[in-house]
Amino acid sequence: MSAVYALYADPESAQRAVNGLQAAGLSHAEIVVMSGEPFEEQPFAQQDKATWLWYIACAGGLIGMIFSTWLTRMTELAWPLQTGNMPIVAWWPNLIVIFELTMLGAILATVITLFITAKLPRRTPAFYDPEVTNGKILVGVENPSAASVPALERALMAGGAAELKRR
Amino acid sequence: MSAASSNKLTADLLRPLLETSWRFYALVVFLAGIVLMGLGTWAYQMFNGFGVTGINNPIFWAFYITNFVFWIGISHAGTLISAILRLVNAGWRRPVTRCAEVITAFALMIGALFPIIHLGRPWLFFWLMPYPSSRLIWPNFRSPLVWDFFAITTYLTGSVLFLVLPMIPDFALVRDHTTGLRGRIYGALALGWQGTPKQWHRLESAMSIMAIAIIPVAVSVHTIVSFDFSMAPVPMWHSTMFGPYFVAGAIFSGIAGLIIAMAALRKFLHIEAYLHPVHFQNLGKLLLMMSLLWGYFVFAERLTIWYGNGSAEIAVLRVTQKGSFAPLYWTMVVVNFVIPVSILSIRKLRTITGCVIASCGVLVGMWLERFLIVVPSLGHKYLPYSWGVYRPRPVEIMITISTFAAMALLYVLFSKFVPIISIWEMKVGEQETHETALQRTSRVLGELHP
Repeated sequence: MSAVYALYADPESAQRAVNGLQAAGLSHAEIVVMSGEPFEEQPFAQQDKATWLWYIACAGGLIGMIFSTWLTRMTELAWPLQTGNMPIVAWWPNLIVIFELTMLGAILATVITLFITAKLPRRTPAFYDPEVTNGKILVGVENPSAASVPALERALMAGGAAELKRR
Repeated sequence: MSAASSNKLTADLLRPLLETSWRFYALVVFLAGIVLMGLGTWAYQMFNGFGVTGINNPIFWAFYITNFVFWIGISHAGTLISAILRLVNAGWRRPVTRCAEVITAFALMIGALFPIIHLGRPWLFFWLMPYPSSRLIWPNFRSPLVWDFFAITTYLTGSVLFLVLPMIPDFALVRDHTTGLRGRIYGALALGWQGTPKQWHRLESAMSIMAIAIIPVAVSVHTIVSFDFSMAPVPMWHSTMFGPYFVAGAIFSGIAGLIIAMAALRKFLHIEAYLHPVHFQNLGKLLLMMSLLWGYFVFAERLTIWYGNGSAEIAVLRVTQKGSFAPLYWTMVVVNFVIPVSILSIRKLRTITGCVIASCGVLVGMWLERFLIVVPSLGHKYLPYSWGVYRPRPVEIMITISTFAAMALLYVLFSKFVPIISIWEMKVGEQETHETALQRTSRVLGELHP
C-alpha cells in the first residue's frame, strides 16, 4: 500500500486541501480524510452521510416483533395450560415480551449495521497516522499513481499542510 | 480546538490510565477482600442452605430482593440519563455520560445476580432462561419473573453497547499513545478505528438511534420490576401506580449514585478541570425535582391506602408509620425528602458537598424504601395467623455489603483502564464552544458594521 498525505492543524486547512485535490481531478471516494473528532460543520464531513441506518433499525425491530409474537404464541399453544384464568394466548403479558424483543432487535440491527458500514472490526489499518489522535486532520490519497504524486503534493501543500508525508 | 488544549485534554484524561499510585493497589486489595468475603459467605449459604439466613416463611424475599430492586434502580443513573441528555443535546452532559453509563452496566450485572443468589440451588440458574425443557415445555410467558429476564437482558445488552460504542475512538487514542502489550491490547479494542468522516457519522447516527431505543427500554425495565410486586394480591403491592412510582424512584436513586461517583472521580483522579461545580448543580436540580416527585408518589400512595381503609392494607400502613418499622420509615422520609429538598432548593447549599450529602442520604433512603415495600407487606398479609417477622442474619448483611464493594471495585478498575470521560466528545464540546464564540463575535461585528 502506498499513500501520499498531509496533516493539518485545523479543519479549514483540511477542507482547502480536499478542495485542492478535487480541483486536481480526484473524486470524493478517492480522497481519504481522518480526524480524532467529528467535524460535522465541514463539507468534507458531509460525504457518505446518507445512510439506511434508521430504516435498518426499524427493520430489526420488526424482525424482533415478529419473532417474539411467534415465540409467545407458539409456546402457549404448544402446552395449552390455563393459568390464572387468563386465555391460553394472553396478549397483555405477551406484549411485554414482544416490546422487549422488538427493541432488542432494533438495537442489535443498529450495531451490526454500524460495524458493517464503518468496516469494523479490522486489523490495525495500514493507512493511518497516530498524529490523528493528537488533533491533526489527515487528508491524503491511497495508492496514487506515480505520475500523479507531484500534483497531489502540490494540492496538499496549497491547503496549508503542517507536514507532508509519503508511505 | 487548538492543538495545545487538545493535547492537555488528552494528557489529563489519560493520566489515570498511564500512572498508577500505591493507593490504587491498596484500594483494589481492600475492595477485593470484601468481595471475596462476600463470595465466601455466598458459598457458605449454598453449602448450608437458606437456614443460615433470616429468610423464612412468610418473608421469603427480604434482603436479596430489596437489593435486586435497589441495584436495578441504581442502573437508571446511566443509560437513561445519558440518553435523555444526548437527545436534547445538553452540552454539559459530555463529561458526565460515561461516568453514568458505567454505573448502569455494573449495577445491572450486580442487580441481576441477586435472583441467582436468592436461589436455593444457584448452579441451576439457567432454568430461569426461557428455553424449552427436555419435554419441550417452555417457561410460562405470563409470569412476571420471565418478563424480568427479557427486560434485564435487553437493557443490559443495550446499555453495554451504548457504553462501548463511543469508547472505540478513545481506545484508538489510547492505542496511539501507548506501546508494547498495552498498545496491542488497546489496538485490538479499537477495532481498527481510523476516524474517517463515514465512521464518525455512522457512530453518531447509531448513538442517536440507540438513545431513542434505550429510553423506553429503561422505563420498561423498572416498570417490569414493579410488576413483580403489583401483579401479586399482597397488601400495598397490588397498585396501578407502582410502575411510575418505581421508575421515578429508580431515576432518583440513580442520580444520587451518579453524583457520588462523579464526586469521587473528581477528587481521586484530579479531574476538577472537567467535572465542574455546574455539573453537580445541574444534577442537583434534577435530584431536587426527583425528590419532589418521589414525595408526591409516596403521598398519593399513602393517601389512597389510608382513605380506602382496607383492613389488610391499613395493617401494613400502621406497622410502617407507627409500628416496628416506623424508625426506618421516618428515616426514609427525612433522607429522601426533607434533607434533599432543604439542601438542594437553596442555591448557596447546592454545592458539590451539598449534592453529595443529599445523595448519600437518598441512597440510604431508597434502599430503605425497597426494604419497606418488600418486608412489611410480606409479613402482614391478609390472614393475621400467617403474619411473621424478619431479622437479617450476618449472611445476607455480608453479601449486601460485598455488592457495594463489588460496585466500587468494578468502577475503580474501569476508570483505571478506560478514560472515564469521553475524550473525543469533550473535544467536540470544545469545538462547539469555540464555534459559538466565533458565531457570536461575527454576529456582534455584523450588527456593528452592517
